[in-house]
Amino acid sequence: MLLKIKRVPTVVSNYQKDETVEEGGCGRNCLSKCCIDGATLPLYTCKNLNKSIGEKSEAPGKFLESLVLGEWEDRFQRGLFRYDVTACETKVIPGKYGFIAQLNEGRHLKKRPTEFRVDKVLQPFDGNKFNFTKVGQEELLFQFEASNDDNDSGIQLFPSIPLEADDSPSVVAINVSPIEYGHVLLIPRVLDCLPQRIDHKSLLLALQMATEAANPYFRLGYNSLGAFATINHLHFQAYYLAMQFPIEKASSLKITSTNDGVKISKLLNYPVRGLLFEGGNSIKDLSDTVSDASVCLQNNNIPFNILISDSGRQIFLLPQCYAEKQALGEVCSELLDTQVNPAVWEMSGHMVLKRKDDYEEASEAKAWRLLAEVSLSEERFKEVNTMIFEAIGLSSHEVAEEEEEEQTSMNSGFIRVHCPSVKEEEACI
Amino acid sequence: MSLAEESSVVSVFTEEEEESLNRRYTLWIKEALDELPHNFTITDPFLSGHPIVFASLGFLKMTGYSRAEVIGRNGKFFQGPKTNRRSIMEIREAIREERSVQVSLLNYRKSGSPFWMLFHMIPVFGRDDGKVINFVAVQVPISGRDHHRKLTSVGDDVSSLDHSEFVFGSCRREVCFGNFVQHRALPVECDDDEQGLEDWEYCEASESEKLRAVEAINNVLSVLTRYSELSGRLVCGKRYCLRGVDCLSSSLVISLGRIKQSFVLTNPCIPDMPIIYASDAFLTLTGYKRHEVLGQNCRFLSGVDTDSSVLYEMKECILKGQSCTVQILNYSNRKDKSTFWNLLHISPVRNASGKTAYFVGVQVEASCRNTESKELRPETKQLSVVGAVRVAVRSSFMVTC
Repeated sequence: MLLKIKRVPTVVSNYQKDETVEEGGCGRNCLSKCCIDGATLPLYTCKNLNKSIGEKSEAPGKFLESLVLGEWEDRFQRGLFRYDVTACETKVIPGKYGFIAQLNEGRHLKKRPTEFRVDKVLQPFDGNKFNFTKVGQEELLFQFEASNDDNDSGIQLFPSIPLEADDSPSVVAINVSPIEYGHVLLIPRVLDCLPQRIDHKSLLLALQMATEAANPYFRLGYNSLGAFATINHLHFQAYYLAMQFPIEKASSLKITSTNDGVKISKLLNYPVRGLLFEGGNSIKDLSDTVSDASVCLQNNNIPFNILISDSGRQIFLLPQCYAEKQALGEVCSELLDTQVNPAVWEMSGHMVLKRKDDYEEASEAKAWRLLAEVSLSEERFKEVNTMIFEAIGLSSHEVAEEEEEEQTSMNSGFIRVHCPSVKEEEACI
Repeated sequence: MSLAEESSVVSVFTEEEEESLNRRYTLWIKEALDELPHNFTITDPFLSGHPIVFASLGFLKMTGYSRAEVIGRNGKFFQGPKTNRRSIMEIREAIREERSVQVSLLNYRKSGSPFWMLFHMIPVFGRDDGKVINFVAVQVPISGRDHHRKLTSVGDDVSSLDHSEFVFGSCRREVCFGNFVQHRALPVECDDDEQGLEDWEYCEASESEKLRAVEAINNVLSVLTRYSELSGRLVCGKRYCLRGVDCLSSSLVISLGRIKQSFVLTNPCIPDMPIIYASDAFLTLTGYKRHEVLGQNCRFLSGVDTDSSVLYEMKECILKGQSCTVQILNYSNRKDKSTFWNLLHISPVRNASGKTAYFVGVQVEASCRNTESKELRPETKQLSVVGAVRVAVRSSFMVTC
């Protein structure tokens, strides 16, 4: 039985039409073979990546931020967005966690819904469907590259670099249906036409962007197929919201650490069950661990979302099962009627609501209830964790022991502290 | 640091920072605060960078800095690589929401050595306008010893203690940081002395340390209140009236203060559309002082040779709620009273309600266009200021305590 749900896909590009209709010819100034010859785009290269925390200057972060905001505002004033997102009312819902609600009636088209297959997290790229080679070049802001190896000049932004397939460029594009100001898409190796699935290189690029931006209010997110990604072409999303997400306020309980120093915790007191990854001896260690975990979920057909938070220091991995429940008719109509699709932003506590009533009556209890439906059950979550730890190379036996230790030390009179042998770094201010 | 090096330290603070407390609380305030034995700092959120404008003698002794090295710094200055990220976020959000917070924090001394302290911060409000005038922060060093002793005495059942109230002070809904309290509270197998403390992921203060923090806060607040009575501009620890609509929240001011270019915010809903915010760079560019421009319409920058058709064009755009870029001749108040060509971009800015709340004007001196940033196009740079203002304004809506 093929599991499908009906959804109105979000339009992220002005060139996104009915997916099944393929128009011949172009003249749309896109990224496909028809238009790409001679196309150029500014190229941004990172500077901040290998420095330790004390050395990092604010300057590269501000530079990337100025580039993103400046280019975004330019497209905004040129009318490239489907609506003015700053005209959408938004508020923080009173309560312990401060869920953020937005009334956005224009985000979702009133066109007829398409069928989405939700039972397969891994699906091959289909060039006939909408993908990012079909966006207009004006929707692209700049190319993004992490390494600066060949470049001794210290220059970070090259104003005009040709887009060539051989270079495998990664690009940052606008999302024409933004959730917030500055909503962009990071599309790794756009011309390689990768399907929506996590691979080590791409997640690293996303993490590098978060680190380079050096702004805790600029987060990156990822939705797998089956976890409300609508386009099967590898992409991450990002935007600015200058306050904490509810998920960032949730407490966590350490489960274990990897050999590379990556600490893995589980979320507590939050409606969604998930894992939090942080630390690591390098950005790459952190990224690789999360990639290993994601690949495991993908291979086991478990949909999930990823939130990269705190300027790349924290990564939330959130498996979910809402789409499957929907397809099997297990979601109550009250929740379905809100038409909220719990993608990564919703899972993090930022809810975009289509109906005024839902917005006016939004409450922490309702948000909690919706997200609790989306979350895996406790047993299923434990199963999934076991799979993940095995994939990361931690024997589940070790992990269970550590968990037990934590538990018993909690219950007894002694509280044992994990004192890592920290190298004495000179504290730098 | 040798004496010779110390004496050559350049003060980082500005006149505004030096005078900040005097203006509100009279010239006697610093003397009165110096008589308090506690460790504390006072910040002014309305100055760029949210700087410290007063540091007590106790604080200086605790951290090893001189007054000149501390005034003008932001509190972040004392944080370092082992400072817990969550605690930093907690403090940042409390400032943004204009409420108090109490959290254990690892800070660094001038020597570079880290130490744990209980950080307790409160906002101080103007009685008449409900604005946050200052934030007061008290720092009580945590020894860890008291608590250790207390919890290992016979009969103590740790799991039954309600940990949630230990961590957070007044005005804050309990968010259970279960991990921190339950798992990282005490060393039993580690070094007992302070040396080992900085390796802890978290360090809980004892009851007496918490009481000391509250006592200190109350003492500082009462000195500030008393001296604010003398100056006639009362302050208090609670907000007595809702902040006026034309008052920018301190958190918005702090956010705007991070934008380093020249710009102003004007309020189109008030007659004659006055300036309600001016960046430091604007003041430098135009040669005016902040108090000279706040509340004024921008026309003071125009003069005899300013093209009136350009002014008309701007007015039309404002009425229509549209953006525009114009090149306009402005008259500065700099020493040479020079004129300059201002490439001015104006745009309406909405707040969280979705309605236009302000207009932003971003000034670029035409001759400076190419020197500012070699890599970012001047147009992009100018628009990035608009974008940054939009993010700041839109995000400045708060949870009520």
